[in-house]
Amino acid sequence: MNKPLPEDPMMRDLVKMARRHQMTRRTALAGAGAAATTLALAACSPAGSTSTALTPAVDVSDSEKTLVWHNWPAYMDESEDGKTYPTLARFEEQSGIKVEYKIEIDDNNSYYGKVKDQLALGQDIGADIACPTEWLVARLVNLGYVQTFDAANIPNKANLAPAYLGNSFDPNREKSLPWQGILSGIGYNKKAYKAATGKDAPTTMSDLWAPELKGRVGVLSEMRDTIGLILLEQGIDITSDSSLTLDAFMNALDFFEGKVTDGQIAKIKGNSYLEDLKNGDTIAAVAWSGDITVINAETDSDNFGFVFPESGATISADSFVVPMGATHKKNAEALINYYYDPVNAAELAAWVNYVTPVVGAKEEAVKLDPALAENQLIFPSAETLAKTHAFRALSGSEEQKFTAAFQKILLGA
Amino acid sequence: MAFAAFGQNAGPSTVAPTKSGRVAWILLLPGLMYLGLFFLTPLFSLIITSLQVPDASGEIGRYQYGFAIENYWLVIESYWPHIIRSFAYALAATVLALLISYPLAYFIGVKARRRPLLQGLMLTLVIAPFFISFLLRTIAWKQIFSNESWIVNSLQSSGLLASDQYLVGTPFMVIFGLTYAFIPFMTLPIYSTLERLDIRYLEAGADLYAGPATTFRKITLPLSMPGIISGTLLTFIPIAGDYVNASRDFLGSTETAMIGNVVETNYLQINDYPAASALSVLLMLAILLLVTFYVKRSGTDDLL
Repeated sequence: MNKPLPEDPMMRDLVKMARRHQMTRRTALAGAGAAATTLALAACSPAGSTSTALTPAVDVSDSEKTLVWHNWPAYMDESEDGKTYPTLARFEEQSGIKVEYKIEIDDNNSYYGKVKDQLALGQDIGADIACPTEWLVARLVNLGYVQTFDAANIPNKANLAPAYLGNSFDPNREKSLPWQGILSGIGYNKKAYKAATGKDAPTTMSDLWAPELKGRVGVLSEMRDTIGLILLEQGIDITSDSSLTLDAFMNALDFFEGKVTDGQIAKIKGNSYLEDLKNGDTIAAVAWSGDITVINAETDSDNFGFVFPESGATISADSFVVPMGATHKKNAEALINYYYDPVNAAELAAWVNYVTPVVGAKEEAVKLDPALAENQLIFPSAETLAKTHAFRALSGSEEQKFTAAFQKILLGA
Repeated sequence: MAFAAFGQNAGPSTVAPTKSGRVAWILLLPGLMYLGLFFLTPLFSLIITSLQVPDASGEIGRYQYGFAIENYWLVIESYWPHIIRSFAYALAATVLALLISYPLAYFIGVKARRRPLLQGLMLTLVIAPFFISFLLRTIAWKQIFSNESWIVNSLQSSGLLASDQYLVGTPFMVIFGLTYAFIPFMTLPIYSTLERLDIRYLEAGADLYAGPATTFRKITLPLSMPGIISGTLLTFIPIAGDYVNASRDFLGSTETAMIGNVVETNYLQINDYPAASALSVLLMLAILLLVTFYVKRSGTDDLL
């Protein structure tokens, strides 16, 4: 009974089904066979043709104290030897829930590609809880792929920073809760930037278009960050439907395309943009806030800086969701509640360097390290937060159009 | 050498006795099942997907079965430059690899014959890069030619590159990476044919007053043709579908995207599965046509 479940989601379902029913061998086999046939047929059916709403899987949290969590790399505090996760180990000890922490998400789109067929059928995707980025969370919520939290199990939800409430897809945060907030602005190599332009630091997005930086500018392949910053520079309010229209977007995209074709922007990357900053290929780049602290620590220097452009930075978050097919929602809620405790949130923030969404964590961080608590990139003040803007939620057809147009530029003509 | 079998079917094959027909079929069964399961099934699924149409929801990445043959026209219309670029890069890299590999294979297979130690060592060196991951090797090239590297710095100071020009991201770099990665696939088949070249033919050529160039043209080259054909096929086909070297994360840029990158973007980023599948089918058909034509023209029909 205690054998780990197989990785493959379909096999997982079969094993679970067989276990749940504890029947005679013959009926179990017949059931599994029938299930296999239906699963196989279901897998062949086109995604999206299921018009009936999905229903949450039966929660077996009370009898099974386990939880599988899919998350991004470098997103959890590690012990000195890098072998254990201290805050997570403490949660396991306190709650008695065994957590399988898996670094499965490297890119939102490819993660979605991997799990979408199971999600569409309401099957187990192999995770009880996952933390994709907000725009993907919005898609999952809109499509009805995720379960509603039981607020009574997450009393610490009261600590959620109000800035994360009131979005269009989940205004009261009933189905998604932020894990870490992400700011994107401009990361730059201090020495090389000074040498190339004579200025100390970039202050606007236009500084990236300086002729001295031709071929040495990088941007993120994450559309909402890169185009979001350009839109802000152009005076568009990216949070509003009326300001960020298709025309405004295409206009910013044309500008971006110009910068790509004339060779000003040389690198368009995902996570690997850090390599280019480190080896000097790029002098200034659109960057994620937490990473700059990390590469300074890695290179044991203070070579890299991070600034908000004057027109504003973009803010997003990676958020907890529980897929419809997950069978340990209550355990997941216990985990979220644990990380929404300011003490734990502060300890985590000190390691991952991203914006913590938990109110009160700053006060706890002062006790750990007063300098850390002053870091605006981890504990932004209200004043700092006022300079950050979240890219508005896109409708299905908008997302299709925007993504296709953006990706087309990345492929060149 | 696995490649040897590929180049070595010159003589007429003897017809198998008909009686053993059933045994042959039984022996073939595992192979046929493998092909059916792992080639025909995915191929069928690919073709079905390439004909899908968007469903009514209008959400990204949602398609239903249909018969949208126009998907093929749409991808050709949108991505014909990438298709042409892929084959141009593949042609350039194959020709370069041939020019580099032939002398190398000739030296190992003919000149180094009397020194087995040297021959063995050189063969090992040709294969050695396979001991390191393909991705790591490509990243290493990216580092070697990075913007702040001495190669780029000295090219810039000597005026061969303008001060705002760099190597990584240019077509040159991508073709370089492709050529490098596939040189062993070209060298080994050519080596396996040249290794069996009878030196006495060359001596006879010289006795009959043929100069070295004529001997090469009339004797060595025709005899090594099977190796050249299999070598070029083994490089051209995978290069045309390669998506690593030309990717923005490795040696390429937005200017160098090949058809593999287009398929990847359509599949994973835009979630346009029909377009990605249609492109894959087109790539497969184009390669099939080109290869058939090439093999027919080069007179080595036995390969088909």
